[in-house]
Amino acid sequence: MTTTKAQDVGVPPITAVRQRRRQLSDRAIINLFVWPTLLLLIGINIFPLFYSLYLSFTEYSAIARQQPIWIGLENFANILNNERLWRYFATTGRYAVMSVGLQTILGFGLAMLVREKFRGSGMVTTLILIPMMLSPVVVGLFWKLIYNPTFGYFNYLIGFSDPSLGPDMLASRWAGQPVPGLALTAVVIVDVWMWSPFVMLLVLSGLKAIPDYLYEAAVIDRASSWFQFWRITLPQVAPLLLIAVLFRTIEAFKSFDLVMGLTGGGPGDQTELIAVNLYRQAFLGQWRTGEASALAYIILIVIIAISNIYIRYLNKMRGEG
Amino acid sequence: MWKKLILILVLSLVLTLAACTQAPEPTQPPAGEPTSPPAPPAVSELNILWAQWDPADYLQQVANMYERETGIKVNVIQEPWGTFGDRFFTEMAAGGGAWDMVIGDSQWLGQGATQGHYIDMTDFLVGEGIAATVTDATLTYYGEYPTGSGRYWGYPTEGDANGWAYRMDLFEDPDEQAAFLAEYGYDLAVPTNYNQLMDIAKFFTRPAQGLYGVAIYTQKDYDAITMGVQNTMFTWGGEWQDENMNVLGYTNSDRMVEAVEFYRDLHDCCQVPGLSNAFFTETNDAMISGQAAMIMNYFAFFPALSNPGINPYAEVTGYFVNPEGPYGDHYASMGGQGMSIISYISPERLEAAKDFIRWFAREDIQAEWARLGGFSCNINVLESQAFIDATPFNPAFAETMKIVKDFWNIPEYGELLEISQRELHTYIVEGRGTAREIMDLIAEEHHRILVRAGHIQE
Repeated sequence: MTTTKAQDVGVPPITAVRQRRRQLSDRAIINLFVWPTLLLLIGINIFPLFYSLYLSFTEYSAIARQQPIWIGLENFANILNNERLWRYFATTGRYAVMSVGLQTILGFGLAMLVREKFRGSGMVTTLILIPMMLSPVVVGLFWKLIYNPTFGYFNYLIGFSDPSLGPDMLASRWAGQPVPGLALTAVVIVDVWMWSPFVMLLVLSGLKAIPDYLYEAAVIDRASSWFQFWRITLPQVAPLLLIAVLFRTIEAFKSFDLVMGLTGGGPGDQTELIAVNLYRQAFLGQWRTGEASALAYIILIVIIAISNIYIRYLNKMRGEG
Repeated sequence: MWKKLILILVLSLVLTLAACTQAPEPTQPPAGEPTSPPAPPAVSELNILWAQWDPADYLQQVANMYERETGIKVNVIQEPWGTFGDRFFTEMAAGGGAWDMVIGDSQWLGQGATQGHYIDMTDFLVGEGIAATVTDATLTYYGEYPTGSGRYWGYPTEGDANGWAYRMDLFEDPDEQAAFLAEYGYDLAVPTNYNQLMDIAKFFTRPAQGLYGVAIYTQKDYDAITMGVQNTMFTWGGEWQDENMNVLGYTNSDRMVEAVEFYRDLHDCCQVPGLSNAFFTETNDAMISGQAAMIMNYFAFFPALSNPGINPYAEVTGYFVNPEGPYGDHYASMGGQGMSIISYISPERLEAAKDFIRWFAREDIQAEWARLGGFSCNINVLESQAFIDATPFNPAFAETMKIVKDFWNIPEYGELLEISQRELHTYIVEGRGTAREIMDLIAEEHHRILVRAGHIQE
């Protein structure tokens, strides 16, 4: 039968069979595309996730050439009973609140400013966005120079040309005297400089999506500018603003490269954020892989918990909307 | 959808379980007996891992001579300092033979020896008389583990230690000399003890002129502040531990506390502002920018200061040995590295690596190594006039290599270091607490780590 059909169309029978074999079914094509991706995902993402979870219950050093030893919850207990680590969590929390809070206010303000079209507004918006395009390590090294009390711009701009009288931000000293919190503030300033444009960008997209008729109706009703902002602008932008805050909070808890570039966690441990300490435990001659894995999971749980609070609030807001 | 999700989870779990299953314990190769599968009989190429810096380039030049003599190509593979340790130890954890030799940090000796990464070179170095060609201190700190055991795991390759650079134009200025004599009652000259160093540092600290007395190590990231403070600790007669590794009463002895107080006083009175996280780059920069009269640094980083293309004060930069302490002790904090043979290579490669070290340790090759810019540990080379005259800092280097001391080199050194870095930085840079408090804290935490690791009893 097949032979007859093949002869009918003038195609030799063997070639027809080969052609049919070459034509893959839809299912086969899907599998061809999906499975390599899935395997890659499992290999470099899901497997390490599970394996590091296992390691968090073991005593293990990645460089020791010894198998992991199962110790149950000991790593977690050690971490949760370590007063110093709680202090690093608290420092991270302070850093996140200050940094994200200021970024939200500044980002929102900048978005309001560049919302209206004016001559060169595109250029201004692009220039504002430049800091977030830079590498955090490069930003850290630049700001290290900017903060230098002898030749840096920072002290000059705030009116201290004599280094013995002004602040040494990264040493957390003012006129040679220790001022606790100054170094953390210095890191916050840099983070705000770098990431406020990100908040601005998201808020700006929210602002541009607000329909004009809402403002027109408010004007007809003789609503004040403040009322328009409070009752129209803010509620309309809030979901996007919350997403920006969520992203920035997660990033703040993972903050590492900027701090290492600026202060290395010092002076003392004033700017020792939890991610910096995690790196110190996992590498830098220590290689406490088991304990570092446990700490990484605790940080992950904290981040998931905070994200959940935001997402619940976001969903509530959307529900109300 | 659910079927796929379950399939993915099952696959991940299978992979995880496979990884978590107790694999056969990796056999620790007995000293001197590599376990890798046999390699081709003739070794035509050897690989040495080292950090990325100028001495590695000098070593490559020496290695090229070896290739011309023997036909065996030797590659010096350079890894940036920041990832040098990570790359080496991850390869070793996998039992990899990517390199035949490593020029590892002196602090790695404990891990290299106890975890089976290095071969025991005692018979080779002692039996062939190579050990006798290098200075005792370098053999101890770059090769021996445990200290005092007489077992050697590395050939001292790049000697290094802390020294000082200073501005000769300031020190030799007649007006400065007269003013100094009037103020302190003795001549302005290279300091021979730490009290003089403090006087000179104070004398040259003139913020109005943008000039400061010193630039000293304060970096917290890895080991710099500890290495810097050790210069005063050892020179004050202090020790981290006794011969049995007891730290209580040693790490927090009166001498150690006094030395740390001195370092902070020096930092507070005379450090170039902005150097709150300073290591070799920052202290060199302070000299190059004309901000510091004296700087602390490893000798390996002084070539930049003697290069007029980099340092405008190169012609007037002098160098001196770490000064004596108030109780007559005289030491300097040690850097530098030894060359070790990786245990995971084939017997043929092991022999080829030994041949290279045997050749490299020859006095004429060591002289060439020193001529190119490497800091040889060979006794005769260090004492030769050619070496002394080769650079302006070689005389101070040769003298320093007789008085070096080092930090811990046991496998737990990273944990010990993290504590000393944090606490010394807290006291010296942040200005919090007292020297007594932080040294007591360091001693207690070090004690806890050493007990846990089984080095000492509670």
